[in-house]
Amino acid sequence: MPVVEFRDVGYEIAGKTILSHLSFAVEAGETLVLLGRSGSGKTTALRMTNGLLFPTAGQVLVEGVPTGQWDPIRLKRRIGYVIQEIGLFPHFTVSENVGLVPKLEGMGPADLDRRVDNMLQKVGLSPAEFRSRYPRQLSGGQRQRVGVARALAGEPAVLLFDEPFGALDPITRRQLQQQFLQLNRDFHKTTIFVTHDVREALRLGTRIALLAGGKLETIALPAEFRLAQTGEAQAFLEDLEV
Amino acid sequence: MRADLADDILRHTGEHVELVLIAMVVAILLGVPAGILLTRRAGLRKWFLGFASVVQTIPSLALFGFLIPIPLIGGIGPRTVIVSLVLYALLPILRNTFVGIAGVDAAVCEAAVAMGMTDGQLLRQVQLPLAARTVLAGIRVATVTTIGTATIAAAIGGGGLGVFIFRGVASVDSAQILAGAVPAALLALLADWGLGCIERRLASA
Repeated sequence: MPVVEFRDVGYEIAGKTILSHLSFAVEAGETLVLLGRSGSGKTTALRMTNGLLFPTAGQVLVEGVPTGQWDPIRLKRRIGYVIQEIGLFPHFTVSENVGLVPKLEGMGPADLDRRVDNMLQKVGLSPAEFRSRYPRQLSGGQRQRVGVARALAGEPAVLLFDEPFGALDPITRRQLQQQFLQLNRDFHKTTIFVTHDVREALRLGTRIALLAGGKLETIALPAEFRLAQTGEAQAFLEDLEV
Repeated sequence: MRADLADDILRHTGEHVELVLIAMVVAILLGVPAGILLTRRAGLRKWFLGFASVVQTIPSLALFGFLIPIPLIGGIGPRTVIVSLVLYALLPILRNTFVGIAGVDAAVCEAAVAMGMTDGQLLRQVQLPLAARTVLAGIRVATVTTIGTATIAAAIGGGGLGVFIFRGVASVDSAQILAGAVPAALLALLADWGLGCIERRLASA
């Protein structure tokens, strides 16, 4: 059974079609990249996975259950979410940020401390140095690492990334991509990753789904995607040759 | 004679503080929850903020005039004064609570919702702490103006430092006027300073 499945999903708002007839499945442990331009509907599709939005046609299933039938709070705590603006809580320390979901789930202080330290180590931040800092005392790359640690700390079934590295400089971006691949090897989390950067898609994805105008244009392994002949895929691939 | 005046000033200052305290407690208990409600119900915004703004434009003596004939809340005495002070204090508190919460970074709120916080957890753990400084600034403005407005209370038998001012105006006695105005000004400065200190402590936290 796929962990996440989109079945003929459509989304309309105020008479405007954002997504139509979108179907794909994400299998356990894979990283599906949703690639597309701005306005292609990729972020909308992502936000449907954890119930921030609901489809106006078709169904999104998480662990076999349509998102509409999940308890909305349970669904969100079951799914880790990393967004571009990060959204760390400015009045929480790094450890309070990372420990948020386990704490909401009622984890005791000793277990919580262990979990937080473990997660910080996994994203390459020394717990002793970082746990009591506030987000404003971190660099952009460090903040994003904390964002990833926070998403992982609740032991989610699925991880969602919405252009998480988009605002970083190219070198930091590259480091975080390496970190992402390392985490993938360690945790084997089922992941959906939204980006408009074809290099990032090819580097991180186990499969790439290309969205154009709210429709799925191609879904392929990275090696196949490099050979894709559709217009939109060509447009993205040209970017690689520069 | 001297000692009598000092006693009088103390007594009326006490009355004044009492009027302001009661009015502010009621205004905060009404204004903060109403401000929170406005962040949840967009439809109410126009009505609540509009009502509070209109009340602010009514001259205080006129407001007393309107309130006196109303049963339960009206009449002569401190009760009418407190009702009108509450009405005046509402706008800054209501508006700052709403603006403070609405101004919390959208990405932070979205992250909180996406982490699976309930609406109550979002409010208590994220929005209120981040809006606290703005809410408190509204309470500070409201307190300082209420201390000034409360001097009008004496006009309808509400007591307070206004007693000296009205007496002084009637008998053209500047000393009497100052006996009311100076303590009132000192109270306002003290409240401004005290609440300002709390505000700064929140800011550095």
